[in-house]
Amino acid sequence: MRQFLKEVVLRKILILFAHPALEKSRVNVRLIEGVEAITGITFHDLYERYPEMDIDVKAEQNLLKEHDIVVFQYPFFLFGIPALLKEWMDLVLVHGWAFGRNGNALKGKWICHVVTTGGSKASYSKGGYNRFTMKELLAPLEQAAHLCGMRYLPPFVIHGTNVMRPDVIKEHVGQYRKMLKLLADQTFDPVGLCSQENLNDQFRRR
Amino acid sequence: MDSGGFFFQAFVYLTAAVVSVPVAKKLGLGSVLGYLIAGITIGPFVLGLVGSEGQSVMQFAEFGIIMMLFLIGLELQPSMIWKLKGSILGMGGAQVTATALLLMAIALFFGLQWQTALALGLVLALSSTAIVLQTLHEKGLMQTDGGQNSFSVLLFQDIAIIPILAILPLLATAQASSSSIHGDDGHAGGSTWIEELPLWGQTTAVLGVVAGIILAGKYLINPSFRLIAKTRLRELFTAAALLLVISITILMGKVGLSPALGTFIAGVVLAQSEYRHELETNIEPFKGLLLGLFFISVGASIDFDVIAANPALILQMVAALLLLKFFVLAGIGRIFGMSFDNILLFALALAEGGEFAFVLFSFGLNNGVFEASLVNPLIAVVALSMAMTPLLVLLNEKLVQPRFGTMEKEKKSPDTIDLDRKSSVIIAGFGMVGSTVGRFMQANDEEATYLDTDPDNVDLLRKMGFQVFYGDASRTDLLQAAGAAEAELLVIAVGNAAKALEIAGTARKYFPHLEIIARTSDWEESYEMIGMGVKNVYLDTLDVALRMGGDALGRLGHRRYHVSRAMKTFRRYEERHLHELAEIRHDKKELMRATKLRIEDLEQLMLKEKEGLHKDKDLGWDASGHIADDGHMRS
Repeated sequence: MRQFLKEVVLRKILILFAHPALEKSRVNVRLIEGVEAITGITFHDLYERYPEMDIDVKAEQNLLKEHDIVVFQYPFFLFGIPALLKEWMDLVLVHGWAFGRNGNALKGKWICHVVTTGGSKASYSKGGYNRFTMKELLAPLEQAAHLCGMRYLPPFVIHGTNVMRPDVIKEHVGQYRKMLKLLADQTFDPVGLCSQENLNDQFRRR
Repeated sequence: MDSGGFFFQAFVYLTAAVVSVPVAKKLGLGSVLGYLIAGITIGPFVLGLVGSEGQSVMQFAEFGIIMMLFLIGLELQPSMIWKLKGSILGMGGAQVTATALLLMAIALFFGLQWQTALALGLVLALSSTAIVLQTLHEKGLMQTDGGQNSFSVLLFQDIAIIPILAILPLLATAQASSSSIHGDDGHAGGSTWIEELPLWGQTTAVLGVVAGIILAGKYLINPSFRLIAKTRLRELFTAAALLLVISITILMGKVGLSPALGTFIAGVVLAQSEYRHELETNIEPFKGLLLGLFFISVGASIDFDVIAANPALILQMVAALLLLKFFVLAGIGRIFGMSFDNILLFALALAEGGEFAFVLFSFGLNNGVFEASLVNPLIAVVALSMAMTPLLVLLNEKLVQPRFGTMEKEKKSPDTIDLDRKSSVIIAGFGMVGSTVGRFMQANDEEATYLDTDPDNVDLLRKMGFQVFYGDASRTDLLQAAGAAEAELLVIAVGNAAKALEIAGTARKYFPHLEIIARTSDWEESYEMIGMGVKNVYLDTLDVALRMGGDALGRLGHRRYHVSRAMKTFRRYEERHLHELAEIRHDKKELMRATKLRIEDLEQLMLKEKEGLHKDKDLGWDASGHIADDGHMRS
């Protein structure tokens, strides 16, 4: 009975993971370790599932319907999302289904980006060499979510992955897990997080 | 004319072949007819360059037939034979029995004794393995229903020779003319080890020899070839291959079996051997030459004196033999449910007398079964009927099939068909490759026009509403009829390398605007294709192999996307090398060096792939450069 109740109060999370070269990854590879075993989480490895980029649109849409929170997780190469994830967006989030007059399949679902960047946090600021903040650089994605009637959470960003000591990686992995756990908890209302710059600071404070 | 020694004879035979075969091929007559014409030309009745020795040349050349059956055996898996057992026993048995009995009845009608009549029937029931298989093979018709069934019947006839040889002496009506029985050619039953044995002993010996061949093929020959291959002396392997065939021939002769059958069995046993291909390439040229020689000697042995003595009678007999056998075969084809086109092919191909008739006639003559006055005209009849066969098959292909082929349900004649729809693609060959290409294009709303030589395929495609032509796509008129002048693309999907190259040649010559997409089966064929100016060459095994390799890597835990990119890289290198090697293909020596280089290159590439996985490739997704930079900036 307790078990039953516990499952009922969990939000279902879909992690859309897109890494074109996971064999070279040092941070993402740790983040996703064992994630698929967590109850309520569906780990969907896009590059492994669609190595030929032949996305099964129907299957993807059904998957989206079954979940409450969609997490886009990917490394940030040259300020954009990986090609396959963009292709996924173009093909799966179509007019008449995800947006448009009758397109309300995603309405009310939460969306969150989990992004790793090589550059430091300081570089992603007006004075830094990347000149823009993460929020600004992710603006098109925020708008896409908005168009689909989704509720957009601030991104969970891990900066400075180019030079990162193992203990720091471990710390980030911990925060990432905490974040997933909190988002899954139905008793917690994520609305409070929306005003934040990112999700990481939130969890650092907790 | 006195031959003036071996070299002069070789010169005459080779010149005749070299001159007449290309001419015959050019005229679309096929090589068999070319050889036959060459034989007639140099024979005693035209130029008289070869004379009585023609007969012994023929016996020597029959060795070509033995080799041909060995090669056919090599291409047949035992399971294949098992699958054919119905048509071998059913069709073959019916053909030999029915034809022999009918011929016997006719002979009885003309007042021959029943023994002679039966012997005649049996001898004339046989068809010519050499001519039929060579002709069908050359025309790419072996895989059709008609071709397969022809092969089955021929196989049965080959087996039937054994009992026929056993029965013939029992049918003697006169004293055997000579005590030394004609047994030096390997076919005849005399001077065997086992003739003194009782019947059960002979049977045991025969079965023992066959079992011996099978066992030796499985357990002895393969290891010996391995040893020989290790010496890396190519000619030694050739010698061993020849030795194998010759030993079987002798052995079979000694137990009174058909050597062709023996080598066929050996071929089937070796069909699964890793040296199969090597054996094939080694025996092939000998077979080709000897078979050519055989056809020439058949041509040379046609006795025009006998024919001239009574031309009307001989021609009537030829016609009667062909017609009788044709209708028996057609009836069998009908009973066994073959389609109209296949029946035509099957019945025409097998309607002639066979080369074994020569052997059996002389054997029967020596045993007092026949008289010379009967045998001489009959030998001429058989030789003429054999010479007619390639011609009949050709006429069938060019005149009859286009008019009547697959016409039972179709009103239009294929060769004059009006194109209802203009297709921009012509697909030659509707096998596994061609059909998949076509279906894929069809699924994407591109209608193709098909060309195929298998009447059953043509029928099927027609029923499904496809635009399809029966016939050989290397023919200019057929390509023209298929709309080659207006089409943009020609997809060559036939598996037969020679045919594919021929098609490409025709297309390049007469329809140079056609873009060609060609399937090839090996490097050699690819070089030839590229050499003809075909740019889009697809090795038919490459993509399958890469997909399998990719799947294997994926299952071992490699990232699927990395594997997918690696497959593409690999394929790109592979195809680039193909084109590079094609450029130097003319210089064989250079090519061998280059092939070796390629293998080394491939090795290098593969090593690079292995080491460079994290360094050389996909640098865009690699942080090592940044790390170096950052380190620098920080310091």
